[in-house]
Amino acid sequence: MHVTKNENAWGGHPVLHPIGRGGRLFCRFTGIPYVNLTWWHGAIIVATLLMMASGAAAQYGNTTENILTTIIKWTPLMLEGFKMNLLMSVVAMSVGTMIGVVLGLCQVSLIPQVRTSSWLLTQLLRNSPWLVTLFYVMYIIPFEFHIGGVLIILPDWIKATFGLSLPVLANVSEIVRGGVQSIPETQWESARSLAFSRVQTLWMIIIPQCMKRMLPPWMNLYAIVTMATVLGNIVGVSEALTITRDILAAEGRNELLLPMYGYVLFLFFIYIYPISRVTVRLERKWAVDT
Amino acid sequence: MKVISTEIQVSIKDVHKSFGTFEVLKGVSMDIHEGEVVCIIGPSGSGKSTLLRCINALVPINSGSINVCGIEVNDEDVDELSLRRHVGMVFQSYNLFPHRTALQNVMMAPIHVLKQNRDEVEVRARELLAKVRLSEKADAYPGELSGGQQQRIAIARSLAMRPDVMMFDEVTAALDPETVKGVLNTIRELAEEGMTCVLVTHEMGFAREVADHVYFTDHGVIVERGSPDELFGNAKDPRTQDFLSQIL
Repeated sequence: MHVTKNENAWGGHPVLHPIGRGGRLFCRFTGIPYVNLTWWHGAIIVATLLMMASGAAAQYGNTTENILTTIIKWTPLMLEGFKMNLLMSVVAMSVGTMIGVVLGLCQVSLIPQVRTSSWLLTQLLRNSPWLVTLFYVMYIIPFEFHIGGVLIILPDWIKATFGLSLPVLANVSEIVRGGVQSIPETQWESARSLAFSRVQTLWMIIIPQCMKRMLPPWMNLYAIVTMATVLGNIVGVSEALTITRDILAAEGRNELLLPMYGYVLFLFFIYIYPISRVTVRLERKWAVDT
Repeated sequence: MKVISTEIQVSIKDVHKSFGTFEVLKGVSMDIHEGEVVCIIGPSGSGKSTLLRCINALVPINSGSINVCGIEVNDEDVDELSLRRHVGMVFQSYNLFPHRTALQNVMMAPIHVLKQNRDEVEVRARELLAKVRLSEKADAYPGELSGGQQQRIAIARSLAMRPDVMMFDEVTAALDPETVKGVLNTIRELAEEGMTCVLVTHEMGFAREVADHVYFTDHGVIVERGSPDELFGNAKDPRTQDFLSQIL
């Protein structure tokens, strides 16, 4: 049994429960969990943030004012770090999508070798922990190399972004494969009988139809990638979490820990929440007419 | 009395087709002349639809030969796309492209496959929509049309390719009874205009009325063939008699 809507038996109130779209917890194409944020999640983060601040105030004397001013003081720097998260997420998503679409189309190729090898690559990248892939890429790509006598230095964030784009491309590959295969075989058949070539059929008939089905899981994937960019912290990229830790180290005040981390949570929430809502809405809207 | 050309348009000789170990067609032969209307009847699973799919190479055959307008279908180097330009096919489930309007459905193949001029194609597409009496639905999407309307659009879509032969695979089987008539009328008009038609159908009354030749198939073989009067009025094979007595 599952509840498929947020309005349920408990009085039409949005309730915190982990049910994804249409009662599904996981995306049917990629198997990754749905990001199903409600405004409650945000409210809880903000409430926790305030509680921590006032709790800390009670513990350490009247420092609430201080905590707020400290947060405000560091906000420009933290936003600077958050910009890095966004940059990484956009680049990883773009690169991952471009390669992933090709890989996904290879997965529906008629040539068995192409199909099998692209499937293998997809499965390999999709089923490895993101952090492990990230480490692997960080160590396998040199931090500098020479092309025709020119020294090119690769900044860490580029390497990390590339590392993140690997699981992205594998998941995009699955979204594309699932999308293409979700279109009934009869569409192929009728296109063939009208003398459309396979490539024409794919681009003019199949892909336009599965766009709507692929967009929501793709947006969901973007939300997940954005959250995963904080993994850059572990490999030394100056993103929001790294900067927060630097700030905390510089301030050296324990009462700042929870408010600052809560602040990072909040930054991510206000960015991802709208994406998550739009995804849910699109998925509901398009679930009907296909 | 309709005059049928002696020109053979589709020649099928001893065609065998298996799916895995299951032999669907066990040596089927028939000649279809230009302008002829052929109806293939028989119980489900007797290989009727498979035979149609073999004719336009949607399904490869195992042995035998099929020749369509001079193109040998079982040739390894056959240009399937040029073959399919000669043969139009309409399916039981219409299979219109749901993301395109009725008019666009009709226009797509001539523009992108035959590379014809868009304006000329549009003029012709509108004529075809008028022919199937759906001019007013040109801008409707398939989802907004009834089954019968979709099926008529599908017929217009096939005709837009100016095929030499039209194949109809149980095109009324999925329709509501009240919309069947419109589709059958469209097919009847085509037949009267001299289009070569191959119909797989369960509409016995219609088959009897429009067909020049009727073939009864069962278990992958042609059991009996003849004019509609011969086959429906005076079937000789007990299997045909049995089938007709159940269905009529």
